[in-house]
Amino acid sequence: MSNKTALAEEVAPSEIESDPERIVNDLAIQVATVNGSGSQSSNLVLLRALFRMGIPVGGKNLFPSNIAGLPTWFTIRANRDGWVARKRNVDYLVALNPQTAIRDVESLSPGSAVVYEESLRLERRRDDLVFYPAPFQELAAEVTREVRLRKLLANMIYVGLLGELLSIEVEEIFGAIDSQFRSKKAAVELNRRAVEIGIRHARENLVKRDPFTLERMDGNRGKILIDGNAAAGLGAMFGGASVATWYPITPSSSVVEQLTGFLKRYRKSPDGKATYAVVQAEDELAAVGMALAAGWAGARAMTATSGPGISLMSEFVGLGYYAEIPLVIWNIQRVGPSTGLPTRTAQGDILSTYALSHGDTKHVCLLPASTRECFEFGWRAFDLAERLQTPVFVLSDLDLGMNIWATEPFEYPDRPMDRGKVLTREDLERLGGTFQRYADVDGDAIPYRTLPGTEHPGAAYFTRGSGHDESAEYTESEEAYVRIMTRLDRKFETAREMVPPPVVDQAEPVSPLGIIGFGSSDPAIEEARNRLREDAAIEMDYLRPRALPFCPSVLDFITSHQRVVVLDQNRDGQLLQLLRAEYGDRIPPGVLRSLRHYSGHPMDAQTIVDYVTEMEIGAA
Amino acid sequence: MPAPDASSRPRKVNRLGLTPSDYKGKPSTLCKGCGHDAISSQLIRAFFESDVRPHQVAKLSGIGCSSKTPAYFLNHSHGFNAVHGRMPSVATGAVLANRQLVAVGVSGDGDTASIGIGQFVHLVRRNLPLIYIVENNGVYGLTKGQFSATADENAALRSGEVNRLPNIDLCGMAIELGATYVARSFAGDPKQLVALLRGALSHNGTAVIDILSPCVTFNNHAGSTKSYTWGKDNEEPIHILDFVPAMDQIEVEYEEGTDQEVQLHDGSWVRLRKLERGYDPTDRRAAQELVLEANEKNLFLTGLLYLDTSKRTFLDSLELCDEPLALLSEDQLRPPPEVLDEVVASYR
Repeated sequence: MSNKTALAEEVAPSEIESDPERIVNDLAIQVATVNGSGSQSSNLVLLRALFRMGIPVGGKNLFPSNIAGLPTWFTIRANRDGWVARKRNVDYLVALNPQTAIRDVESLSPGSAVVYEESLRLERRRDDLVFYPAPFQELAAEVTREVRLRKLLANMIYVGLLGELLSIEVEEIFGAIDSQFRSKKAAVELNRRAVEIGIRHARENLVKRDPFTLERMDGNRGKILIDGNAAAGLGAMFGGASVATWYPITPSSSVVEQLTGFLKRYRKSPDGKATYAVVQAEDELAAVGMALAAGWAGARAMTATSGPGISLMSEFVGLGYYAEIPLVIWNIQRVGPSTGLPTRTAQGDILSTYALSHGDTKHVCLLPASTRECFEFGWRAFDLAERLQTPVFVLSDLDLGMNIWATEPFEYPDRPMDRGKVLTREDLERLGGTFQRYADVDGDAIPYRTLPGTEHPGAAYFTRGSGHDESAEYTESEEAYVRIMTRLDRKFETAREMVPPPVVDQAEPVSPLGIIGFGSSDPAIEEARNRLREDAAIEMDYLRPRALPFCPSVLDFITSHQRVVVLDQNRDGQLLQLLRAEYGDRIPPGVLRSLRHYSGHPMDAQTIVDYVTEMEIGAA
Repeated sequence: MPAPDASSRPRKVNRLGLTPSDYKGKPSTLCKGCGHDAISSQLIRAFFESDVRPHQVAKLSGIGCSSKTPAYFLNHSHGFNAVHGRMPSVATGAVLANRQLVAVGVSGDGDTASIGIGQFVHLVRRNLPLIYIVENNGVYGLTKGQFSATADENAALRSGEVNRLPNIDLCGMAIELGATYVARSFAGDPKQLVALLRGALSHNGTAVIDILSPCVTFNNHAGSTKSYTWGKDNEEPIHILDFVPAMDQIEVEYEEGTDQEVQLHDGSWVRLRKLERGYDPTDRRAAQELVLEANEKNLFLTGLLYLDTSKRTFLDSLELCDEPLALLSEDQLRPPPEVLDEVVASYR
């Protein structure tokens, strides 16, 4: 479920930590800058340098919906035990943004360290912090005479300062710079120089007075650093995505952008032509319309969007459900309602996506919790969509999709593609030349389809979103309507057997306490379980649904526990509502407890620990 | 009038050995006398005469009376009656998935000039290979007769309600946006319509055919500018247009009075006999001026308004492989494990 177990086998924490005055490989660094200042490269270099030192890390970018001039914070959490969910307390602040510096400093816990632009005079604000001033602009002027570049390079200077203060290996910083700027030799040279100047300044002017330090360990062997959207795009390519139509929207744009990069490189026919079509459509209506029709015509079709786009796609999705057309839709969730907070994370679309469109509709939704699952569901979603002949959603979110995660490498698909029930000309000849598009021949409620272009006079049928019978003929017959709708309901039961089952991790015998959460909540839940176990001897079993509809084991989990926390990253407890709608009074009263986190920040462990601790005190 | 190539073979069987009834659809459920049914008949005739293989055709539509009609022609072709105004995106997806399909989209003036005008604009801009038929009657028939955005200014509904807004001219828009085959026709002029449809079948690119198709129930009264009577009284063909299939070219003598021939992508020709206007449909500016003039003077000018056989299509721009994407095999779609290893290594 997390990399905790694997990690513990590799490195026992006790081997590292011996000096109580030093806190080794356990800190959160926050870099506060102005967006558009070029700090992203420096932050990635810092992250990658720590990663290369073998220290488990994660990077989260808290950015505005803006191109330049507004505050942005990048947080790197390094943790020797592998806990890299958001940590509420920052240990090391890099304060370069005058707009937020005072508030940033005021929010720190005592004992934290602040690296800052000395002209901000932050040392006057608190006497319980460790201050490391530096004249960033002056130092940057030593790197280059070019004023435009100075601003960018000032960011790389803090990498050098932190390198010296936290004992980051300079070779690994340089290695990270090489990797970041790849073949751009001049950029590599300038950035290396900026780092060196930062290191020199720290050596000559600063005295280390905080306990935090970093040491090489072996926590990342074989691992890669990747964001969930890249993993999704890569998974989609290995799923054989052949038509991807989309409309740009944060935080989903990078799914298709990165998919396109992979396709351009690896999906050419022998004559150099594309075995795929990627189209930036005029809006989400067109994006989903194109994808749906491409699925109808036999392509592996997908689109990716976020909340507002999902709302716009609603009508076509209902058509896809009723006319039974395969299609994959990635919803990289952000904070709603309406435009909401476009650059903040949430799980606020699970309820609306599950039942998207008017009338009785329900959709298969996959719920990835890691970049590995983004990759895996990237290809599996196509198999499910084509097998079930229906739109399949993958609900990721901004935290998972746009932030950077260390992960074990992805596994190549373990099975051939499932193209579903498609009748060819030969099949039609064998069947005597006719077929019924919407008949349940096999008892699994999944009908057979033919593709346009099939060379047989009996292949054609008429697809419509209006009432139809088994032969796809238009009808307003109530019997036919009920038959088709009832079969669609049964098809959803077939889907229940096919979707990825939940991941369950429970004590033997089961604990009285359990938690259900999904998606990007996973790292925080695992960390909270560990802390509750170690600090309070509270065992909390865990079920993580990986898809809707729920598998039967979800109810088993609920009924075998006395108290089950349902964790939602939304205000209304949408996962809780889905559980109640699904199971009704089969859930004993008082079992489900709702924990709702909806600040737009990624989920953190402390929130769960606090909630559970209080609840368990009440229970005891 | 027989089609120009009709004399070269028996009338009732085409080169594929199919008869006109092989191109028929279900019985229409539209009002008796509906212009849309007349258009469906000419579609059947055009596809028959042009020897189109029915299984290669995809019929796409949106919502409305016009969008029902794909059920009433070409029974042996896949059809997709989608959502209101969204035929262009559906056609785009289908053609992307299978570039060998002959795509024909049927749309109405509500679909194209109102709810789906954005999709119309972008489809035309892309020059997707598609025959885009607008069955234009100036009203919303299925919701009982509200004005559409193509209704002429000052035209009156039967109820006496007068349209005070200017009309949207879809041909003018199509030429402006880069459509490569733009025609206006009349459901009451089958000879011209079938020639335009056959020309569109031979054209590689977006062919927009805006057809006055009277709504006999809601917009066929005196005072309407979308009625049969108005159409018959006002239609002014800009030329006499014949379609000459590629294979017939050598057999047909140059006809007296022919002023212009333009060769289409599949080797066929459109042959134009000029009338009073002396109009050249390959001249984009002249086409735009003609449409402006027609609108200013409320003229019903029909024929091939604009033709450009040189512009690349959307499929060319995308550099798609020749094989339909929908038919690619697993080894063409899923790169081998070494590729995954290579990509993963780049994230170390």
